[in-house]
Amino acid sequence: MKLVILSWFFNQQSKIAESTMPFACIFVPDFPVEALLRTEPELRAQPLAVLEGKAPLQKVFAMNEPARHAGVAPGMTKLQVEACSGLVIRARSELQEAAAHAALLDCAQSFSPHVEDAALDTLVLDLAGTESLLGSVPKIVRELAHRASDFGLTTNVAAASNPDAAVLAAHGFCGATVIPEGKEAEKLGCLPVDILFAAQNCQGSEEFLEIFQRWGIRNLRDLAALPDVALSERLGQQGVYWQKLARGTTSRTLVPVEPLLIFEEAIELEYPLMLLEPLAFLLSQMLEQLCTRLGARALATQELRLSLDLENGAHGEEIYWNEVGAGTPTRRGRQRFQRTLRLPVPLLDPKTFLKLLQLDLKAHPPGAPIVKIHLIAEPVRPRAAQNGLFLPPSPEPEKLELTLARIAGIVGEEKVGSLELLDTHRPEGFRMQQFVPREPQGLKPGNFNKTLHAGLKPCSTLKQDSDSDDLVTGLRIFRPPVVVTVTTQDGKPTCISCSKRGEIHGEILWAAGPWRSSGDWWEQAGWARDEWDIAVQSETSVAFYRLVRDLLGGRWLVEGTYD
Amino acid sequence: MSSFPLFSPEAARRPVAAALKSPALVFERLSALPKRIEVTPASQLAVQPAPEMVSSGVGEIDALTGGLPRGCLTEVCGSASSGRTSLLLAVLSAATRRQETCALVDVSDALDPTSAAKAGVDFKRLLWVRCGPQTTRPPRRHGDTEKNKKHFDRDRAETAVEQALRVTDLLLQSGGFGLVLIDLGDVPLKTARRIPLTSWFRFQRAVEHTPTVLFVVTPAPCAQTCATLLLKVSAKKLSALSRQLSDKSLAHAQLLEGLHVEAELLRARLARKPMQSVTAFSTKATGAG
Repeated sequence: MKLVILSWFFNQQSKIAESTMPFACIFVPDFPVEALLRTEPELRAQPLAVLEGKAPLQKVFAMNEPARHAGVAPGMTKLQVEACSGLVIRARSELQEAAAHAALLDCAQSFSPHVEDAALDTLVLDLAGTESLLGSVPKIVRELAHRASDFGLTTNVAAASNPDAAVLAAHGFCGATVIPEGKEAEKLGCLPVDILFAAQNCQGSEEFLEIFQRWGIRNLRDLAALPDVALSERLGQQGVYWQKLARGTTSRTLVPVEPLLIFEEAIELEYPLMLLEPLAFLLSQMLEQLCTRLGARALATQELRLSLDLENGAHGEEIYWNEVGAGTPTRRGRQRFQRTLRLPVPLLDPKTFLKLLQLDLKAHPPGAPIVKIHLIAEPVRPRAAQNGLFLPPSPEPEKLELTLARIAGIVGEEKVGSLELLDTHRPEGFRMQQFVPREPQGLKPGNFNKTLHAGLKPCSTLKQDSDSDDLVTGLRIFRPPVVVTVTTQDGKPTCISCSKRGEIHGEILWAAGPWRSSGDWWEQAGWARDEWDIAVQSETSVAFYRLVRDLLGGRWLVEGTYD
Repeated sequence: MSSFPLFSPEAARRPVAAALKSPALVFERLSALPKRIEVTPASQLAVQPAPEMVSSGVGEIDALTGGLPRGCLTEVCGSASSGRTSLLLAVLSAATRRQETCALVDVSDALDPTSAAKAGVDFKRLLWVRCGPQTTRPPRRHGDTEKNKKHFDRDRAETAVEQALRVTDLLLQSGGFGLVLIDLGDVPLKTARRIPLTSWFRFQRAVEHTPTVLFVVTPAPCAQTCATLLLKVSAKKLSALSRQLSDKSLAHAQLLEGLHVEAELLRARLARKPMQSVTAFSTKATGAG
């Protein structure tokens, strides 16, 4: 009795498992064309042919539907296709195909963690367990097609109970297709027999195709109807396998790919770019694609690396590398120009990235025509910020980055940022660094009023907040220090004159000092100086200055004024 | 095919005739009509809310003005050694203590980081924009005179002011800053006065209804009516310094103690009228212990 119950239980489990284990396939028809159209979507409605091969022997490798209607066929020479009016011709770009494949993977992996990389243009997804998250299988299939179109790819998506049937359906039917379980042979029957070999991409398939054609087998229904034993006797196990595929009854396990978090886009240009505007147009397309891919994986980026291959003959001194080193020649002897855009917080806004890259390239032009663009985004987790209702205002990171880039364009990169004091007594002992505003800390209930609502309190409370006892006398620095002529008496300055600043002139009313300091004497940039605080009569009152005697150079300098 | 008139002339005339007969009916009908425009009497017009005030970091100034108004332009003017930079640092320090993000547009590149650190400024919350020419001085040519050099210095100052105006525009449009300071302290008075009034109006409009305090330091009043608060700071008269200046002991035995600053409120377009117009405070030099 127990045995009967157990066997019934396992049968039920296996039935449930079979019925809830659909597979989906995404197939991109005319993949080389689609890879090019991702960066040039305006060409989608025009006839487009992709050529492959070296310059005099270029042949048509792929074309889109309008080009097919115009009479373009694979294997035609460039000379032949040039006769077609309105036909756009592009060279095959393996870089863009790789980027399109990576985008397709990102799209698929945003639906299922188990994705098999069947071919460059074909991916198979295991949809088991996703129904409860994403809805019914037809809905998932429609969503998949829709998401792929967001990535700039026109796809056929099919779902079936086994991977091979899904692949055949995706190759055979346009748009979104769902084959119910048990109806595989019926649905696939109308497909031509050559689709079997195109989908599986096997070696020696031409031989089988020729045999099937000789037998008068035109579609998969005819192949599925052949007797098994007789087929096995004539074509062996391979023939039986083809028949199983035609019936949609094969069973195999998926070989999922490990997700590689590499986000890069590249374009090899037909002709060199010389202006920033067309470059910005292409960068915009690439950034859109990168951000869509990052968004599909719920990621953002904090570092963008732009690499531009420059045309031959670029001068070595015009090559700039940002924090990497000197320019190096690439293969084909080209010079490469690289810029790295580091952001203080993870962002995912293509418009912000584009503006930042534009501002950066305007400040650091490549110096030669561009023939290849390579853009890489380093993926990071997006910023998770919980803004408090009572926290003080702070600039939005996207806006702030753009503002900083624009300000850097006005005053110079090295003149904007936050300052950091160095551990030295040397004058001007500080350095500028990238401004990243510190996040407001959570306020304790005790000092909430003290920090935020100072304005809502009476003036008497405001007075308590501000402590005038600690008011520091500010020093206004003259950059660079002003060279002055000083008359001394017993080593004490008594009179001062300056040709550059007329107000620093006259008798020194009061002087305190000298305070001697020195440092870095073990290095070439050693310094030693005597500091004086002096008072000089100004137009209306007395002005206090910091007077410095450079002991190494022997000059008198006014470093600043106390104010 | 018959055509219907949109209205009958007779029907249009009928109410007029009725009105002539009974004016009470007209009033009744008029009162029944929906009111198209709501007219609010002047006595009930909404009063513009008073700006929120924040501490300036100097108790005497807070007592004089009630603090610094948010969403308004505050101008502090004064000559060299009048204490305006000390006040600027105090304002900056108070704002960073409130955890606000601040920006300093330093026209003359005159900020001393050591003084700022001593004043308690949190540099992580301060964006420092150092204006000035990006290029170095052009090489001296044969025949360069002293007049040409002066022309170059004047052009350089103008370039820095132009930069400062553009940078301030960007900062105010970006938003999110609690305090934006423009330090025009070392700019020649002629150049500072040449800043068009439209720029000040633009800045004032940009900060209006925002929590930003726009604080400007100038050698003399420049923003005119755009400034909600105008303070003039000056060093106390020479007599007040006489003790320090008359100290004839050895130079190395003396120390700059600090500045004695007098602040005068020249304009306050605020609801609260100040009780007094002058106050005084002292600063302590960093080396004075």
